[in-house]
Amino acid sequence: MNKRIQQNVMIKGTKDGLTLHLDDSCSFSELLKELESKLSANYQFQENDSGIAVKVHTGNRYLLENQKNGIRELISQKKKLVVDEIISNVVTKEEAKQWKDEHQMTTIAKVIRSGQILEVVGDLLLIGDVNPGGTIIASGNIFVMGALRGIAQAGYNGNRESFISASVMKPSHIRIADEIMKGPDKYIEDGHAMECAFIDENGQIVVEKTQAFKNHRPNFNRLEGGL
Amino acid sequence: MGEAIVITSGKGGVGKTTTSANLGTSLALLGKKVCLIDTDIGLRNLDVVMGLENRIIYDLVDVVEGRCKIHQALVKDKRFEDRLYLLPAAQTTDKTSIVPEQMHKLVHELKQDYDYIIIDCPAGIEQGFKNAIAGADKAIVVTTPEKSAVRDADRIIGLLEKEENIEPPKLIINRIRSHMLKNGEMMDIDEVTTHLSIDLIGIVLDDEQVIKASNLGEPIALDPNNRASIAYRNIARRILGESVPLSSIEDERKGLMARIKKILAGS
Repeated sequence: MNKRIQQNVMIKGTKDGLTLHLDDSCSFSELLKELESKLSANYQFQENDSGIAVKVHTGNRYLLENQKNGIRELISQKKKLVVDEIISNVVTKEEAKQWKDEHQMTTIAKVIRSGQILEVVGDLLLIGDVNPGGTIIASGNIFVMGALRGIAQAGYNGNRESFISASVMKPSHIRIADEIMKGPDKYIEDGHAMECAFIDENGQIVVEKTQAFKNHRPNFNRLEGGL
Repeated sequence: MGEAIVITSGKGGVGKTTTSANLGTSLALLGKKVCLIDTDIGLRNLDVVMGLENRIIYDLVDVVEGRCKIHQALVKDKRFEDRLYLLPAAQTTDKTSIVPEQMHKLVHELKQDYDYIIIDCPAGIEQGFKNAIAGADKAIVVTTPEKSAVRDADRIIGLLEKEENIEPPKLIINRIRSHMLKNGEMMDIDEVTTHLSIDLIGIVLDDEQVIKASNLGEPIALDPNNRASIAYRNIARRILGESVPLSSIEDERKGLMARIKKILAGS
């Protein structure tokens, strides 16, 4: 070890725990070897120490899932260490595309009729109505510029922050993440224009005027700068 | 080369067959050469409404399976010299005895000789529906101002819009009862058209004479004075491309609204 000029594993202590910086230019097996020896050599633990959270930073190296598990295993073998997260500067194209999809808005001009299902990844902007028996599903938020009379499901893979807004909100039922709200058996004439459904502080879906939404989600805005 | 129009609705009992019979009759009255096709195999009715029941020798399935030539199966309506024919459905088998490709071929052949092919579609969205729309160039959706019929019409419009060879469907609202409209007990015409968001091609008031006429085997469109008859004749003229305002026999206010809408729609 002493012969080595460059260190492949650097350990830094922060107030939240330890951060391991793993070099990204050496081979993976070399890295593991050095990690192993560093962790066993340098640390003497007290019996009563509580577990130490470790962040692993892999720089520009992309790790496969089984490689990540290998590192996790190696580190957790050292009794007091717990891997908190593995951070990398790089992602695969696939992950990047998924990330992009989840954060983009799909705009569709169409009437979703009885029996039809429209499903998108990310946000959905529908210019048209959703008729009774029609369904729209999005992993993000849903905006309907028209009447929502069918079923709408926002945040289908569990995003409880997502919401549904419609020019005319008369759904047969709406879902946000895993919460369901059934519409009333009969809608009174017209009601309010532009309403918005979201999960409130009590974990239940509520429908309110869109103007009220900002009071419940002050940190919602995605655009930076501006005003 | 004529054009094929399928008359469909999804729900049963809204007046597909009556509409088919009367549009066919009206088009023939306007001097067009028309062929009616009944695709409701196993539950045929169009022949009864047209009063041609006793003159059926061969039927649709016979033609498709090659047991006879098309012209042998066509029943001529003598009231119209040489302008109105009916291709009746078979009664002894069911919808699965023909497939959409056969229907497409058949309609294509008939289009060479006729100005209009009116295809009467069975209720439902299964095989019978698929057969009926196979050869069609245009579609007319019939509905009544009832929620259940409008729901089914919505579903059917969705299916028709997926078909690339069929133009966007047009809507007929059938069996309107003006006194119920006035009292707000029935969906009004505006409500139906906004809900379905397709072009309206005509409205027909509910009339007892229609039932009487179909029992006699004489389509109501033969009566020049009946209001339902006039409505059907107007629809036929609109099919021919004439711009005919919605008839004034309906509730005044609704008529005006719909008329303004029609003007705005540019038709």
